[in-house]
Amino acid sequence: MSQPQTDPILVHLDGVAKSFGAVQALARVSFDIPQGACIGLVGHNGAGKSTLMHILAGSLTAGSGRIVVEGVDLTDRYGIATANAHGIRCVFQELSLCPNLSVAENARILHPSLKGWGWRKRAATLIRDRLDAVFPQHGIDPDAIVGDLSIARRQMVEIARAFSISDRPVKLVILDEPTSSLDAVLAGQLLAYVRRFVAEGGSVVLISHLLGEVLSTADRIVVMRDGKIVAEREAGAFTRTSLVECMGSMVQAEEGAGTPTKRLGDIPVVSAAPATRSATLPGGTSLLAHRGEIVGLAGLGGHGQTDMLMRIFDGAARPIPGVAVDGKVAIVAGDRQTDGVFPLWSIADNMTIASLGQMARRWLIDSRAEQGMAEDWRRRIGIRTDDVDMPILSLSGGNQQKVLFARALGSSATIILMDDPMRGVDIGTKQEVYAMLRAEAAKGRTFLWYTTEMDELKHCDHVYVFRDGRIVTDLARSELTEERVLQSSFEAAA
Amino acid sequence: MNASLLQRLAAKPWLWAYLGALAIWLATIAFTEGRGGGDVLTAALSFATFSVIVAIGQMYVITLGPGNVDLSIPATITLAGAVSMKIMDGQDAMILPGLLIALGCGVGVGVGNYALIRLLRIPPIIATLSSSFIVLSAAISYSRGIRIKPPPMLADFTTWIVAGIPVLAVAAVVLTAIMSVVLHRTIYGRTVTALGQNARAARLAGLPVDRTRFATYVLCGAFAGLNGYLLSGFSGGAALNMGSEYLLASIAVVVIGGTSVAGGFANLPGLWGAAMLLFLLVTMLNTYGFGAGVRLVLTGLIIIGVITLAGGKRQAR
Repeated sequence: MSQPQTDPILVHLDGVAKSFGAVQALARVSFDIPQGACIGLVGHNGAGKSTLMHILAGSLTAGSGRIVVEGVDLTDRYGIATANAHGIRCVFQELSLCPNLSVAENARILHPSLKGWGWRKRAATLIRDRLDAVFPQHGIDPDAIVGDLSIARRQMVEIARAFSISDRPVKLVILDEPTSSLDAVLAGQLLAYVRRFVAEGGSVVLISHLLGEVLSTADRIVVMRDGKIVAEREAGAFTRTSLVECMGSMVQAEEGAGTPTKRLGDIPVVSAAPATRSATLPGGTSLLAHRGEIVGLAGLGGHGQTDMLMRIFDGAARPIPGVAVDGKVAIVAGDRQTDGVFPLWSIADNMTIASLGQMARRWLIDSRAEQGMAEDWRRRIGIRTDDVDMPILSLSGGNQQKVLFARALGSSATIILMDDPMRGVDIGTKQEVYAMLRAEAAKGRTFLWYTTEMDELKHCDHVYVFRDGRIVTDLARSELTEERVLQSSFEAAA
Repeated sequence: MNASLLQRLAAKPWLWAYLGALAIWLATIAFTEGRGGGDVLTAALSFATFSVIVAIGQMYVITLGPGNVDLSIPATITLAGAVSMKIMDGQDAMILPGLLIALGCGVGVGVGNYALIRLLRIPPIIATLSSSFIVLSAAISYSRGIRIKPPPMLADFTTWIVAGIPVLAVAAVVLTAIMSVVLHRTIYGRTVTALGQNARAARLAGLPVDRTRFATYVLCGAFAGLNGYLLSGFSGGAALNMGSEYLLASIAVVVIGGTSVAGGFANLPGLWGAAMLLFLLVTMLNTYGFGAGVRLVLTGLIIIGVITLAGGKRQAR
């Protein structure tokens, strides 16, 4: 008990809430991070884990609630600098190294005390020592330019930098998906180092989708769902199954959200193998979609679903090995700003752009046909505007998304690819769109639907679960449960 | 009704170029007390015609989006002028083949430019600048500095003026109108505008991205070739420096005319206002008796002023 602080709680969060527009990312979350402990934080995408950690790291400001560090209420002046001064470091999912600088120079960014003659040398020593400690035999040259390193090595540098000490102590390190690009050996080394760090009195928050490593490394596990903490227990009190159950919604919605569409025709209109095939899974599983079918692409975000949709989109235009597409393809973008909207155009122009071929008389586009389509779809999909000639940016995000739906559904495409298209769309609109999708599917259109929302998968006839760019599970509607999807998202051999 | 018409007019991005041109013209004839006002307009129309022809191509290229610009226009003008004059060799019978050859030169340069941009992935600004050196060298070695007179009929046509209005200008106005319809009412034109706003979204909307970019660079080359042909006829033969002033002019006319430099938004009427403005500006400064240095400084300042005014107006809209 030689330590000056008697409070064993390093960080105390009390009723922290945060919302982005109408979306409540965090709903009054309270929890403590004790000294000398590793807290595991789990929950599926959008559960609020990353938001919580950004608030703790100071890169986001909490909407309400208190942040108390070592017994001092810092709520009003909490920011990145404050967090840093109190020894709170963060390794984010999106790596934050400067690619044009060397490893040593990147290390210096976190340590302003390294200055004067020979700072590069001292920074190099600092980061090399820490790399040696965390990842023995790492083989990373501190003078290497970060942009030239592999993604795994960049992640190693980022982690080592977070644990490095100059004039400021390191008390808490937040690791957000630290092992996502590391192989099993490196991941093992990191987790062993975390245990050593914790044994020496440091604290770690470990966020991971790999439940095995959370169960084996963390002292306590906090489970989040929909911006709330739904369970917090000693790690030993959890099993993998009970964790998965905690993360999913316990209440099962009524079976089948709508009348099932039946398969029209036996020959698939889309058959596509993922780009990355593992040697351990000979052949891998291919995605098949038939006429009139709604096919779901599930799994954690960024595990190859969007890549698959892009492969199918490209496959419709030119031959791609492993992809066969029979029919015209249209895409509904989820990332409106980057992939969908033409910001200088009117609502009507944005809507009709994929259908101009049908509206052209000889060389010229028939403006009356164009206006007709825009008016028709404004009514059918309920876009809230009086005038389709208004700029697209005059619409709210959800209504812009409806324009993108109208663009795809109004085209002559028979296969519609949807790249998590319901982001930022309110619940009422969602219900309208779901109904429209079912009606269109009944008429023979095929939908391939990547979604991160469990509820939306219930509208699908068939669900493929993706992990690491591969299809790991193939579920028919009758076999679809949230547990099975989560289970296959996290571990293949569970 | 009248008010709304005025409001609509005020919202047009090309209005400022015309207002500027009008103001400068009034300032000029105020100085000369009304003398020569009509002649100045005739001359302005004649010279604006050539700026507008190349600016149409440049406008399409700039509308493709950030980074797209064709700097090979001056070299293409020179090459097309030199080659077509030499082939026609002053004979009226060769007027049509000469035109086709001039256009062919332009198309060739456009194809070459796009090959550099697409296949070698060179940024357009570098690709077209470096290709312009090659094209200009080709023109120099081909013509060897000999100035060949244009066929008499071509010379007569390009300098033909009826009731104070150059016939060539009328033809160019018709061409501008056609290209305006192409921009707004064809799939090609829509694709150009879509690409300039969001290239990724254009690809995902199923638009023919590569084909459109290719066609646009070729189109720009063809317009430069046409310009070289007509300008040679107008000025009594091809000269090696005949294109040089059209580098800045083509870009300035596009921008002053209310087309977005960032791409995705273009308009053709503005080209005429802007081209007239640039010519009248120089005329006015000459009339006022400014030296060359002051003239250049004022030209620069006035261009900046017009762009700021027009740009500010568009933002407010």
